[in-house]
Amino acid sequence: MPLDELYKEVILDHYKNPRNKREMPDAELSCSRNNPLCGDEITVFVHEEGGKVLDVSFVGQGCSISQSSASMMTESVAGKTRDEVAAQVGSFRGMMAGEVEPDEDAFGELVALKGVVKYPVRVKCAVLGWDTLQAALAGEGEAAGTAAH
Amino acid sequence: MAVTEQRSAGLDVARIRADFPILERTRNGAPIVYLDSANTSQKPRKVIDTITEYYERHNANLYRAVYELAEEATAMFEDARARLAAFIGAPDVASIVFNRGTTESINLVANAWGRRFLREGDEVLFTEMEHHSNIVPWQLAAAATGASVRMVPIEDDGSLDPTKLEALLTDRTKVLAITGQSNVLGTMPSIKRLAASAHAVGAVVVVDGAQLVPHNPVDVVELDVDFLTISGHKMLGPTASGGLYGRLELLEAMDPFMGGGEMVMEVFPDHATYKAPPHRFEAGTMNIAEEIGLAAAIDYLEELGMQNIRNHERELTAYGIDALESIGATVFGPKDPEVRGGALSFWYKDVHPHDLAQALDEDGVCVRPGHHCAQVLMRRLGVPATTRASFYVYNTREDVDALVASLEKAGAFFAA
Repeated sequence: MPLDELYKEVILDHYKNPRNKREMPDAELSCSRNNPLCGDEITVFVHEEGGKVLDVSFVGQGCSISQSSASMMTESVAGKTRDEVAAQVGSFRGMMAGEVEPDEDAFGELVALKGVVKYPVRVKCAVLGWDTLQAALAGEGEAAGTAAH
Repeated sequence: MAVTEQRSAGLDVARIRADFPILERTRNGAPIVYLDSANTSQKPRKVIDTITEYYERHNANLYRAVYELAEEATAMFEDARARLAAFIGAPDVASIVFNRGTTESINLVANAWGRRFLREGDEVLFTEMEHHSNIVPWQLAAAATGASVRMVPIEDDGSLDPTKLEALLTDRTKVLAITGQSNVLGTMPSIKRLAASAHAVGAVVVVDGAQLVPHNPVDVVELDVDFLTISGHKMLGPTASGGLYGRLELLEAMDPFMGGGEMVMEVFPDHATYKAPPHRFEAGTMNIAEEIGLAAAIDYLEELGMQNIRNHERELTAYGIDALESIGATVFGPKDPEVRGGALSFWYKDVHPHDLAQALDEDGVCVRPGHHCAQVLMRRLGVPATTRASFYVYNTREDVDALVASLEKAGAFFAA
């Protein structure tokens, strides 16, 4: 597969210009995780308001797949209810497991990550941010403002 | 590719390459460029044929049967032990314990020697550049015995200052666990000097030989080490081949590692008596075909000459460091090829190693990204991971050129 089929333009764009890559001092929830395989680290911050996940941000370092996936994730879940976020996390994992054919309307840019499925080692990179978001929402992370970085 | 280019420092690399069937593999229409021998080496036809012949003509379990096949298999296996002993200069064939390689060997020493002899207050000293397999088994042994672990820091250039290590040697130091050649930095500590210093305080010296033994002439008597680990799969042999050299009087004093068949003399309901080394440490059916295959690999290496191999890699290492630095890569570890081996870990243009290696794969260039099972060292280097290219007998300057060309392409692709 040519390089630009795995690394689609939208992936490189999110890698080079990550969205919502910032600390969030007033976040109610945050969680840090790493990928022991490659040393990638990520911290995800969540601000909830009115029963909705209003704002999601992240900091950390990693490869283009983990960074772009986290960047796209922050945009795709903002404004959703917890149930909707959980559903989105579930379908993203399904896509990465090769079990779910992504619905382009619901997935938007995230469809670009579909090519990663062919590289099992890299799937862990793609889901790192999503795992961390889910852990943050489950209250597994540190209290707000005390996260690493 | 000019044949003259492939003849370096006594190795006829063009002829060597013809012995490795896998080098005929292509990726996207181009021959693969295998630069991951520090991870695992490729296997010459002679090794592959030896394993096939063993299974086709001689396969039987060792020691127990009285038919001809079993006698052949046993003789071949014990001959492999003698060949490995001679290869590293071990005077006693019985001082070679066969097992799956370095990880199993260090665990064997940490358990069978460590748990028997370590006491509260004792120290195990290792260096900042050790592979996880020379750290974690010692942490486990320390936790089980009340001993503690101490780490010797490395220098900014990736070298090890022997005086800093020696300053940490005290009468509490019972083990010096040290790599013979770093799998990340290539650094080769002066084992002979450090072994003498460690012995002066009464410590035993355990050398991780996973990277040292495949690439250098090694003589355990000259180095005067107590234990040396050997990973067969990194020296042209099959996976799960190799073993442990141990000074015989130490092996004799040690407890068994794993219990089971073939390691015992007599078994009673409440106790058992054990065989002498090496069989005390070889429970159950062994990796027979693998060790016989390793003997074929040793033959192949000895035919080439270990000093010739070292010279060839030293030349490639110098060429590789220059080539990588010329395109702006930061190469970790000492720059002087005299004091290092041919594992070149580098950081290039802030492209994450996983992305780099993925891009290189499109050109058939096989390198390893990651922390190389050396997270302690990665923290010291201040990087989450590195990309590593590593050399062996079949590599050429053209391989380095292909690496550099592919890196430049990848750098342009990911450039911010």
